[in-house]
Amino acid sequence: MIKKRIIPCLDVKDGVVVKGIQFKGLREIGDPVELAKRYNALGADELVFLDISATQTGNALMLDVISKTAKELFIPMTIGGGLKSIEDISAVLNAGADKVSLNSAALKNPDLINETSEKFGAQCICIAIDAKWEEDKQDWFCYTHGGKQRTDIRTIDWIKEVERRGAGELLVTSMDYDGMQNGFDHKLLSIIQKEVTIPIIASGGAGSAEDFISLFLETDVSAGLAASIFHDQDVSIQQVKDLCDSKGVPVRHV
Amino acid sequence: MIAIVDYGLGNIANLTNALTYLGYEVKVTHDVEELEQADQIILPGVGHFKDAMTRLNELDLIPELKKLKETKPFIGICLGMQLLFEHSEEGNVNGLNFLPGQVKKMTCKLPVPHLGWNKLDAPNASLNEDVYFIHSYKVHTEENVVAKATYEDDVVAIVQKDNIIGIQFHPEKSGDKGLQILDQALKGGYIK
Repeated sequence: MIKKRIIPCLDVKDGVVVKGIQFKGLREIGDPVELAKRYNALGADELVFLDISATQTGNALMLDVISKTAKELFIPMTIGGGLKSIEDISAVLNAGADKVSLNSAALKNPDLINETSEKFGAQCICIAIDAKWEEDKQDWFCYTHGGKQRTDIRTIDWIKEVERRGAGELLVTSMDYDGMQNGFDHKLLSIIQKEVTIPIIASGGAGSAEDFISLFLETDVSAGLAASIFHDQDVSIQQVKDLCDSKGVPVRHV
Repeated sequence: MIAIVDYGLGNIANLTNALTYLGYEVKVTHDVEELEQADQIILPGVGHFKDAMTRLNELDLIPELKKLKETKPFIGICLGMQLLFEHSEEGNVNGLNFLPGQVKKMTCKLPVPHLGWNKLDAPNASLNEDVYFIHSYKVHTEENVVAKATYEDDVVAIVQKDNIIGIQFHPEKSGDKGLQILDQALKGGYIK
């Protein structure tokens, strides 16, 4: 039986791991390679690095982070943030990434999904979606540029389109729930999961080990991603997995 | 020295990292002389079956691979395993035909690609570990199966026929247990 994946997410800015609350107010967490090694030892099933640097220098540092991490870690690693072209994607894959996560660039140029999927295979294309609920429209809309820019694209339309274009996985972040530590956005995730057949990583809102259990019992998503609770060591990956065991949710143990 | 066949497809960086970590000397090459000097051959691969066969053809590597598999340990990983078989639905093309079997698109109610950690089921108990899969096509064969996984239906996970080994999952991405399985493949494999 396939295991539910527990994935720590490391936001990297200019070579340092940081964490924001609802996409604002960054604080430093630590060295990405050291954190990656710690998570590997603690039983993370996969790592996601999101490069949130605004500069080219950040990009070069990111390639260095990927390459150093890949030499010491033998679990899957997804890289996202600022990837705009086939060349960018090729560079991070060559540095040791297993998957890339695309958001803004894919919304701006959806053909990039087809091109990337054809060139590197659907399995390495994860489309990241930052979704925010709008009360007056009674719908979710996609945001780009780390949650700063709203688009007119409905999240539900977009997920269907990216699957059609060859995405292999979705990383769905609820901007309404992100950083609030009140649990994942089951409503959004349940709706999305009915519309696509590709695996979904849920992101945004994990505050406790119980939040992962509710996620896996109440939705069919493949994975749960979190940052703060793991970085702050409020909750360990092992705690989440032990609780999964006790509730009959299949997880991998190291 | 282990030669990783370089034909322009696949995440060779991570395979190289894993083999280096295990202490092997690695050469990424499509040079015939270097391939012949190697103690073991690894055929990697991520991507599209038809592209892979096209690239191997363009580099005129297929006759060479046929020769190498007669004499050396020959390990195909992920798409590299699928290439060892007769034919694939992905692009509707013939493979290397080193092993009997067909590659077909996975059809199941569960999400495809089959992505994530899944447990191996093998008579050889040392293989019964969680390993990382990521693929949308799978091999259909009754022969030479060493380990399977279950994803609604059976998924052929490891095959071995004498010196030829196929590994569907990514041992280089399956943590310490994956590295052990990879090492075992390089040390002669899973059957005695």
